[in-house]
Amino acid sequence: MDLHSLTIHQLHDLLVRKEVTSREATEALYRRIGEVDGKIKAYLMLTEVEAIRQADEVDRKLIRGEEIGDLAGIPIGLKDILCTKGILTTCGSKILGNYVPFYDGTVIRRLKEREAVFIGKLNMDEFAMGSSTENSGFQTTRNPWDLQRIPGGSSGGSAAAVAADECIAALGTDTGGSIRQPASCCGVVGLKPTYGRVSRYGLVAFASSLDQIGPITKDVEDCAILLSGISGYDPCDSTSVNIEVPDFKRCLVRDVKGVRIGIPDEYFIEGMDPDVERSAKEAIDLLKKLGAEVKAISLPHTPYAVAIYYIICTAEASSNLARYDGVKYGFRSNRYEDLMEMYGRTRAEGFGKEVKRRIILGTYVLSAGYYDAYYRKASQVRTLMRNDFEAAFEKVEVIVAPTAPTPAFRIGEKVEDPLQMYLSDILTIPVNLAGIPAISLPCGFSREGLPIGLQIMGKHFDEGMLLRVAYAFEQNTDFHLKKPPIA
Amino acid sequence: MKMDIEKVARLARLELSGEEKKTFENQLEQILTYMEQLNRLDTTGVEPTSHAIPMVNVFREDEVKPSISREEVMEISPDQEDDHFKVPRIIE
Repeated sequence: MDLHSLTIHQLHDLLVRKEVTSREATEALYRRIGEVDGKIKAYLMLTEVEAIRQADEVDRKLIRGEEIGDLAGIPIGLKDILCTKGILTTCGSKILGNYVPFYDGTVIRRLKEREAVFIGKLNMDEFAMGSSTENSGFQTTRNPWDLQRIPGGSSGGSAAAVAADECIAALGTDTGGSIRQPASCCGVVGLKPTYGRVSRYGLVAFASSLDQIGPITKDVEDCAILLSGISGYDPCDSTSVNIEVPDFKRCLVRDVKGVRIGIPDEYFIEGMDPDVERSAKEAIDLLKKLGAEVKAISLPHTPYAVAIYYIICTAEASSNLARYDGVKYGFRSNRYEDLMEMYGRTRAEGFGKEVKRRIILGTYVLSAGYYDAYYRKASQVRTLMRNDFEAAFEKVEVIVAPTAPTPAFRIGEKVEDPLQMYLSDILTIPVNLAGIPAISLPCGFSREGLPIGLQIMGKHFDEGMLLRVAYAFEQNTDFHLKKPPIA
Repeated sequence: MKMDIEKVARLARLELSGEEKKTFENQLEQILTYMEQLNRLDTTGVEPTSHAIPMVNVFREDEVKPSISREEVMEISPDQEDDHFKVPRIIE
């Protein structure tokens, strides 16, 4: 048995039955990383000494005969956007290349309380701005299914590591699709929770009204377990919502009889890869066969999603990233005479191309004379888009569509054309603008053997329904069991 | 829409190379043109959304609590002197 290829629930069962120790599993993962990460380049940093210490602690508990929780002793990878006390947190950026936080983010604290084992920090597009990890300040992660292709982004390191069995599960973050699109590209499960479900305290901010932390896992059951582990109200995040967190594992009932599923015509866009369209339609047919009630619905403002998003997210980013000034922490240029030069050069040398492009765009759309034309207008159309979802959810419990218009594209294919890169997010962005939850799970393969993801969107705080539909689909298919050739 | 990139870069405290200015100007013009499609929609009277979930102000009791230690904060700053962040002279 290969310990590195286990899921959370499989490893938990073995730990409880004392057939495997957490240390053995943790060491197996570091061996696996040693074998494959030279090719995949998912990790920015490994934290082996601390991981072994965490694992040993859980093993001692088991020897003493104590009970352990679902996540105890489970090796997990963390997107490098999450603040970890005493451990480098770069956010994929040179400007935070030396940043060691003196505190843990809330999700890290919660997972420590649940005695998870942290394997290391995973690569990402700089400040989570990108769909391919090509914007990382350090390295481009490769797709385990085809090393010439992108793993998706911005949580590309997390998705690739899960797909290549370099961790049992991982955390990512999703501002416009950054969990779901890489999960789709790498053939794994990824869930973006409802805005406010998971605390953002200790998450390096990109676009504060859109960012959410969520799980990237090998199957739907693991997704439910990890989501339960990180959810909940937090007084340290004023946008965190004080609402009960269900035990998401209890939502996995393998039954979709009578569940009303909406299919939005607007999501089957022109230029969509035929394999993606075919796989999604076959998935919908299967859900129907399992007893779901499938209905056509309309989300008429979908075509405006990219325009709204790149106004709102760049505006918020330009404001959030103003804090990187070389004064309090992070990188400072050494070529300056006065204060203005220190700011300008610190930011010029510390930020990469895409981050600069978005800061300029965001500063422009917020600047005097343009605010109404761009930011206000986009925020109004955002309301219309939210209304679309509200109307649809009066008729259906979930909405089903592809996660991305194409399977993983080639490295370098879209770097010179930012607008084309932005358009690859068109099917994931509306969810963030409306604040609703959505999951992506494997639903097929392209002719070249690349994974395709199915997206299920739900009502605010109804992650349970997403997991129920996703689980029923997964348990009647075997796409999630297929491993990439690197495995 | 043509953007005065020099002015915007100054507002953003971001030094751009000549080449960056040229590339960004072209790319951003293309992106802004794409965004103009929003003007096709009549949004008269539509309330703007700044948060997708209804949000209210969060208050807490004004209690004295320990804060982050000064040493930990200063330790990771690029330049410091006597417990202060050090920057180039601001007032002549």
